[in-house]
Order: sequence, then structure tokens, then C-alpha cells
Amino acid sequence: MRKPQTIVNKIWNKHVVHEEKGKPDLLYIDLHLVHEVTSPQAFEGLRLNKRKVRRPDLTYATMDHNVPTKNRDVVKDEIANKQMETLRKNCEENGITLADMYHPDQGIVHVIGPQLGLTQPGKTIVCGDSHTSTHGAFGALAFGIGTSEVEHVLATQTIWQERPKTLNVKVEGELGPGVTAKDLILAIIAKFGVRFGTGYVIEYTGDAIRKLTMEERMTVCNMSIEAGARAGLISPDEKTVEFLKGREYVPTGEAFDNLAKGWLELATDEGAVYDQTVTIYAEEIEPQVSWGTNPGMCVPVSGSTPVLNEVQYKEDVQRALEYMGLEENQPITSIEIDHVFIGSCTNSRLSDLKKAAAIVEGKKVKPSVRAIVVPGSFSVKFQAEKAGIDTIFKQAGFEWREAGCSMCLAMNDDFVPPGSRCASTSNRNFEGRQGNGARTHLVSPEMAAAAAIEGHFVDVRRFTGVLN
Amino acid sequence: MEAIQKHTGLVYPLNRTNVDTDQIIPKQFLKRIERTGFGQFLFYHWRFDDEGKKRPDFALNKAEYNDASILIAGENFGCGSSREHAPWALLDYGFRVVIAPSFADIFYNNALKNGIIPIQMDKQQVGQWIQQAVESKFTLEIDLEGQQIIDTKNNEEVHFDIPAYHKEKLLNGWDEIALTLQLENEIAAYEQA
Repeated sequence: MRKPQTIVNKIWNKHVVHEEKGKPDLLYIDLHLVHEVTSPQAFEGLRLNKRKVRRPDLTYATMDHNVPTKNRDVVKDEIANKQMETLRKNCEENGITLADMYHPDQGIVHVIGPQLGLTQPGKTIVCGDSHTSTHGAFGALAFGIGTSEVEHVLATQTIWQERPKTLNVKVEGELGPGVTAKDLILAIIAKFGVRFGTGYVIEYTGDAIRKLTMEERMTVCNMSIEAGARAGLISPDEKTVEFLKGREYVPTGEAFDNLAKGWLELATDEGAVYDQTVTIYAEEIEPQVSWGTNPGMCVPVSGSTPVLNEVQYKEDVQRALEYMGLEENQPITSIEIDHVFIGSCTNSRLSDLKKAAAIVEGKKVKPSVRAIVVPGSFSVKFQAEKAGIDTIFKQAGFEWREAGCSMCLAMNDDFVPPGSRCASTSNRNFEGRQGNGARTHLVSPEMAAAAAIEGHFVDVRRFTGVLN
Repeated sequence: MEAIQKHTGLVYPLNRTNVDTDQIIPKQFLKRIERTGFGQFLFYHWRFDDEGKKRPDFALNKAEYNDASILIAGENFGCGSSREHAPWALLDYGFRVVIAPSFADIFYNNALKNGIIPIQMDKQQVGQWIQQAVESKFTLEIDLEGQQIIDTKNNEEVHFDIPAYHKEKLLNGWDEIALTLQLENEIAAYEQA
């Protein structure tokens, strides 16, 4: 009998172009996603060295980081405009498909990949963006790379990589009502820390993971990098196959059936050995709220900020509390917010917007709060509008925007002013991430929606009556 | 990439853990389409206040660190985004070596591609050197070939690990793409299989 293998090793072995003792492996890349911010210097490097894009057919580009989410007719930011214009020119010169700002397929690169069916199980996928781990939800080996590596992939369609160690994050049981995939991944990072995945590829396993929808799995894999892991993935199952069936870049008919059979065979074999395994119990997880300046600084909504004398890295905690304008041992539900952002590659898909809309339906955003919804793609926006979700948000007092990364990293006009506090469905609460001096609290879309109505954090389960 | 074999430089101690790429180079400076000119924005919000004035309490702004070229920091240096603008900013500012107990994976790779030596060193040693550099001007010598860090002041030599493959590329300043393109036949064979 063949030795049982993990999905990571199965994908890896199929993609090794060249191996040599004492060197990383040269790995073939099946899909290279490109966006405006991390690619201009790579294309320029090719030009200077008179090199071509080897496989424009395996390369797909969009604009997401810089794009305005309103008034798109005139981009006022000259430098952003130049960057987008540069991408347009680079794609044109090299024959790369581009979903630009006005294209119906435009959106956040990690939302449109799966949506178009470009993302498929077993593929090696790279992008000059750390949240490329998102695509791992489909059983793809997907990771973020720097611009030099972008240039390398453009020129050679390969990348040098050390075979990663594997880390099994096993989630037993089932998430309780009102507890989301976002709470799960935040709880994992809070429990094991922002460094525990460094040097590993995480595979999420266990009953609780199997029960997640594909969109929920994307939320989990998306934040693998916040645990230090370049990639996080989930073995494909029937849900994976079902999600991809009929999508634009997915073959049909018999070709699809054959493909799907191969996808299911990629799943980690019973008895395969990981370099490390950790276990977490889904039932123990409550809705989470981050209080500090990295995603590991996170507690259940019923909790409080840390007590300085009880923590290991006292100086870091003190600095974080100071930056966040919080006291030690302060109850999370006492924290008042000024902004709400529902969006980002973590939580901007149709199901995210639906769940948040269900919370705010028929209610009003607290007048002191400015709340915006930024759909992950043009297609998500279109479908949401067809379902009347935009109306629910707008009637509640939310702004409804065009697709893009927006306030997750505030490269465009959407930012949180200095000292203001934001309940955000994004992935990073670093200092200044959402604007210079901005204070970010990471939460699920449901928790963000409830906070928008109440003006402070509440347990969304009490808000909806799931808990008394 | 500029080759680097030996480097002697002044140490700048940054006694913080989880220094993320948003701190190294904030997002508003990522819109440039060049690889150069990012040094002026390094640690921008730590170095400058809201009006763009230097913060006197941030050590890198002090005259004694003007010529610093070796950065020593806490665990998980370079976590967060994949932006290569982070090593571009460090390099442009004048840093050729970063020493920390641990690095984020993507940053580590990005640093290597730009001729910065990322050196992983145990926490206790890092703590000692940070302390030294806080107390007075402190210089270290990095011998990449011999994988030694030489502390002439205390007459100490400390070995460091670096994968042989990365070391060779740094020593020679090789263009990785040119090396890979020598394997063109194998890439083409893979594509046809």
C-alpha cells in the first residue's frame, strides 16, 4: 500500500520541476494573480532585462487595492491613477487578461479568483499579496509572494520554495449559533499566537471545518497569514466540487467529472502524518473582538482587555492599549465605536453581506457611527442588489459602495481618521492600517452590524435573541 | 542585487516584537512604481508626527544612529503583508543586515532577494545586543562567508545559520531569474508532460 500523504505533499510532488539536494525545489505555478500595487516593478524588471511573460494564459490581473469605491469616473489620486494605468499598459503589452475598474469581473483578487473558477483544487496559486492563502479553501496550495518573486513567476512560471512543514489545525465539534468562521479563525490566532504558523502550511481539518460553507472556509484560510503561515488549506470535498461547477473558467461535461474525481482524490489520506497537530473545540468559541494591534490580541466579546501584570509581553500589551486608547481590564462591550467597515477579502462575499443585512434589517445605525459596506466584487454587488440587500443596508443608514479593498488598508479615500475607532470585518488591526492613528477592532460581519446599531460592541447572540 | 560578503556597521536597536510591514512602510507610500526612494518613508509614523515633524523620542531620529546599517529587533520581524516595499525601504534607508529571533516567512524571502542579510539569532543574544546598542554606540561585523558575527568591543564571535543556497546568492549577488532560465528545458518538459 502507498504511504498515506497530506494534500500539501500530493500537490507539491505534482509540481516539482527541478530538485537538487541542498536547494529549495523549483515549483511550477498554475495560476498567477496580479494586482496594481505589487506588480509595476516586476514588469519593469522584465523590460530592463528584455524578458517576456512566459505564460500570460496562466496569469490574471485585476485592480483592487487603489480603486475608489465611489465616483469612479474621475480618479483624483494622480499617483494611484498612474499605478492603475501602468497595470493596464503592462497587461496589454504582455497579453494578460485584466479585469480593470470598469470590468464586470472586477473585484478583490481573492474574491474573484474563486468566483470565476480560476481557483481550483490542486493548483499552485501565487499573488503579490499575503492573503493569497484564501484560495486554500479549495484545496489549492496558495501563498503570497513579494515583487521579486512576482517577476520570477512572470518570467519563468516557477518559483523556488523549500518544502514546507505541515501543521494540522483540527477543529472538533460544531460552531454554536451566531458564532462564525471569522470568530473561529480569530480564536485560533488568539489561542496559538501570531507566530505559530511560521514555516508551516496549515491544513484545517475536523468536523467543524467540514460543516463550513465554501465562503466560510475562505474566511478561515484567508487569515492563515495572520498566524504566520504563508498558506492554509482545506482538503476538497463535495462542497468544493459543487461550488465550482458551472463557473466561468471551469470545464463542463465529462471533462468536469474527471476533474472533480481528481480533486476529491487530493484530500489528505487517512493516517497521513503532519509535522505538528493542534486541536481546538468549536463549542468553546464565542464571538471574538480584537482589542490590540495584532490579530492575536483578541478576546471573546464577554471578556475584557488584558491585565498588565498577567501578561507575558507587558511592554507590547501596554503599547497596544495606549495606541488603542483603552484601559487594562476594560470590558469589550464598553468600547464605543465611530466607524463600521463591512468588506475586505476576509468578509465581503454575498453570504457575509446577507448575514450582516439580516442583523440590521429594519434598524438604524447609531447616529454617531459612520458605516460602510464594500462588496468584494462587482458580481457580489450585483447579486446583492438583485436580492435587495443594498436597500436593507441603505435604509439602515449604511453607505453602499463599489468593490475593492477599500478601508481594509485605506490606500484609497476610505480611511478611519486619527484616534477614531472602527469595528471592521477585515484581517489586520496593525497600527495605522485603516488610516494614520486609526483604531481597528476585528470582528465578524454580524458583530460589526450589531455594533453599528448599538454604537458599541455587543454579543450578537444576545442582540438576535439566540442567547438571553 | 548587490553582492554582500562582509558588512561592518552601527547597530540600531528596535526593541519591539511583531514589527509589521505596515509599520516598516505605511500603505500611502506603496503607490510608487519604482523600487527606489522608499527610505524616506521607513517607519514613517514612528519617525514623524501628524504634521510630518520628527518625533524626538523615537530613537532612529537621534543623531547617534544616523549611520546605522544593522537593525536588531524582536520576534516575528516583518509580519503582515507581502509588500517588498518593506525591504526596499530598509535598504534605501541604509540597512544591510536585520537581526531578530524570528522573521515572518515572506519578509525573510523578500529581504534575501534584495541583498539584505536576515539573521536569525536566539532571543537572549538579541536581547544582549539590543541592550548594548541602547547604552552606547555599538558596532558589529558580519562575515557572511564564515557565518560569524563579530563583536569587537567584547571580543566575541557568534555563529549564525543561513541556508547555503541563500548564502551563495547573497555572496555573489546573483540574478535568480537568469539562474532559473538555465533550466528552461526542464520547465518546458514539465509543461509538455
